[in-house]
Amino acid sequence: MGVILPHSHTHQLNMATTTDTLKPPVTSVGVIGWLHKNLFSSWLNSILTIVALWLIYNLAVGLVGFVLSANWNVVVANLRLFMIGRYTLEEAWRVEVSAAVVAFLLGASWRLWRGIMQQVGIAIGALFVVLALLPFDMNARLYLAGIVALIAIGFGCALVVRSRRLFLALWVLSPFVIAVLLAGGVAGLPAVAPDLWGGLLLTLALAVVGVGLSFPLGVLLAVGRQSDYPVIKWFSILYIEIVRGVPLITVIFAAQIILPIFLPEGMSIDRVVRAMVAFVLFTAAYLAEIVRGGLQAVGRGQGEAAKAIGLNTFQILWLIILPQALRSVIPAIVGQFISLFKDTSLVAIAGLLDLAGIANSVISQKEFLGLQNEVLVFIAAIYFVGCYAMTYASRRLEKKLGVGER
Amino acid sequence: MKMQPSKHSSVIPFWRDVRVLRVIAQVIFVIVILLFGLTLCNNLTRGLSKFTTFSFDFLNGTSSLPLSETMIQYDPHDPMYRAYIVGLLNTLRVIVVGIVLASILGLIGGVARLSSNWLISKIAAVYVEIFVDTPLLIQLYFWYIAGVLQMPRVRDAIAMPGNIFLSNRGLVVPWYDPNESFGTWLLVIGAALVVAVVAFALLGKLRAGTLVRDGRALWSPIIFLAIVVVGAIALNPFTVSIPELKGFNFEGGINLSGQYVSITLGLILYTGAFITEIVRAGIQSVSKGLNEASRALGLSYFQTLRLVTVPIALRVIIPPLTNQFLNLAKNSSLASAVAYPDLYFVSGGIYNMTGQTIPVITMMMGTYLLLSLTIAVIMNALNARFKLVER
Repeated sequence: MGVILPHSHTHQLNMATTTDTLKPPVTSVGVIGWLHKNLFSSWLNSILTIVALWLIYNLAVGLVGFVLSANWNVVVANLRLFMIGRYTLEEAWRVEVSAAVVAFLLGASWRLWRGIMQQVGIAIGALFVVLALLPFDMNARLYLAGIVALIAIGFGCALVVRSRRLFLALWVLSPFVIAVLLAGGVAGLPAVAPDLWGGLLLTLALAVVGVGLSFPLGVLLAVGRQSDYPVIKWFSILYIEIVRGVPLITVIFAAQIILPIFLPEGMSIDRVVRAMVAFVLFTAAYLAEIVRGGLQAVGRGQGEAAKAIGLNTFQILWLIILPQALRSVIPAIVGQFISLFKDTSLVAIAGLLDLAGIANSVISQKEFLGLQNEVLVFIAAIYFVGCYAMTYASRRLEKKLGVGER
Repeated sequence: MKMQPSKHSSVIPFWRDVRVLRVIAQVIFVIVILLFGLTLCNNLTRGLSKFTTFSFDFLNGTSSLPLSETMIQYDPHDPMYRAYIVGLLNTLRVIVVGIVLASILGLIGGVARLSSNWLISKIAAVYVEIFVDTPLLIQLYFWYIAGVLQMPRVRDAIAMPGNIFLSNRGLVVPWYDPNESFGTWLLVIGAALVVAVVAFALLGKLRAGTLVRDGRALWSPIIFLAIVVVGAIALNPFTVSIPELKGFNFEGGINLSGQYVSITLGLILYTGAFITEIVRAGIQSVSKGLNEASRALGLSYFQTLRLVTVPIALRVIIPPLTNQFLNLAKNSSLASAVAYPDLYFVSGGIYNMTGQTIPVITMMMGTYLLLSLTIAVIMNALNARFKLVER
């Protein structure tokens, strides 16, 4: 069309289009074409394909065999343990209310922010619908259906009250409300010691506390590392590098045995709280490095311009540098949260009953001996769904923020 | 017009002098940290009144730790420090084997991920998703509790092709024991090395100044390998020791314990999944144009790979790869989940035996820190070799 061809060629081309066109060979279009191009393009590829098919066949046979013979009673009977551990039975409604609050907020955010929140909402809603269809006891299924309903109610509320600011404030507030609700000890709520928390509840609590509370410390360390003051700079570097150089399990171990002796006499500290301290101290070093990356990405001119218009050091950091720096590292922080979510399982080695710890103890239950596959597959699936969803969301977020495209 | 600064304003009061303020701020910071530390130490000394001195003397005491697996001669009557060394060696055994095999797996995975074969590429993608998105600890439980512990007893060990036997005690594989002619073979290897180096130099000289490719990078390794292999066939420097079931255990071969297999396999598959993604990203970072340009210049496919693709890809690959190696080293501390007596496991044992809180933790963390530092230094040297030379 726009291409200029020598005269004779144009002539031939016209000839070809007027007479009946040769169809492309069968081997390059349609199903056969696809197969040929993607699976059997050369003899080496054909061999690889056959080996892969054999592998898939064997795995599929094994998987189907496992699914057909699996005895999921071990999961159904211990569902409460898996979800909340030894949380006092009469107080379990507090966990349910907390989950309901999150579901409500999620539904509202689905409507208000669309984009990723919409997908997260759909994914979690679908997950709970599927769970509600599984043969748990009736109460559990009603509760699962209730969660789905609450997502819908949240969505409806956001149709009426269209204030993003209000719901953002509610999101920020919710962890504190939920923490107070779960721990109790105020306003007539009986206290439930964190040592009784377990299962998925403990896993989530450790991950959220780990990232949430370590955030301010991480930002301080990152700023400290960039500081002009040698003492502060070297203190930050030393802290960050030492913590990043040792395994998390040694930090948890140290926190378990050292923290109680560090405390003044007469004060005691929960094992779960000790683990939380370990996670906060550990994650702070990693967050500091992430935030440092963001700080370095902010142009020098930004700080200099701010200084020129008369802002002081604190104002420059708080109003100019940090907002830009943090925005660009959101995906990396999500990544850190994902790895923390997986790493919370390490408290099982220290003897706490998080999801992995509960799995360990359920496997050794006498009446369910030999059902380790079912238990491990079940908790692996929980971790997988959580991590996969977060990874997916963070990839979308990365695209939306355009990180790495500048 | 020049303003003459008056004598009065040129003297800055010290509380507004930035230089003084800087020092004061840092002094305050140090004092706060020291006060904080002192309070903690105060509580600590009160809490630890039993152990008034910070010393490592306990390391000379009898360990009385039974360790299931030792690379050096060890007995529970040995001193404590020997137990610690056993743990360190066990950790090193996991890290070294893990890093090598995880790199190979990651390389294969990364290439498979970019394969033009749809099925292979999808299998690699599913492998990555499954292993990256579940915790390592659960994977270790899976290999150990659902794998090794469910294997048949030694008597009913599963025989696999190649005289490999699988039982709940682990994996027994044939091993090559060096015999008396092994020393001679080592000499042959040395001679082969000399010959190869000479051949390399000669080939270079022979073809120098001509346009014929000298091929020395190809021929001298071939010469080396040929001599080594011929030497091995002629001298027979190894006695193959094939495992055989004798009574309640296997004799001959080498026994990799179930614990060791679980932790190493778990680490390899977990880290391999991360390395797969790193290798994929590295290869994809080499722009197509560069490859096409080097082909257009007349470089062969392998020359392009060796001189253009790999050096550029490595530049992108090495920094995140370093992180993965460090992660593998640190994650090896999860070995205690499968009852493998590694550094962390032994340190925990020593702590339980002696109750020496601070020394044990210092020692353990210090050792891991040293391991991390060693890996970081080696990888940084490698990185310096491959990184873009900036002017």
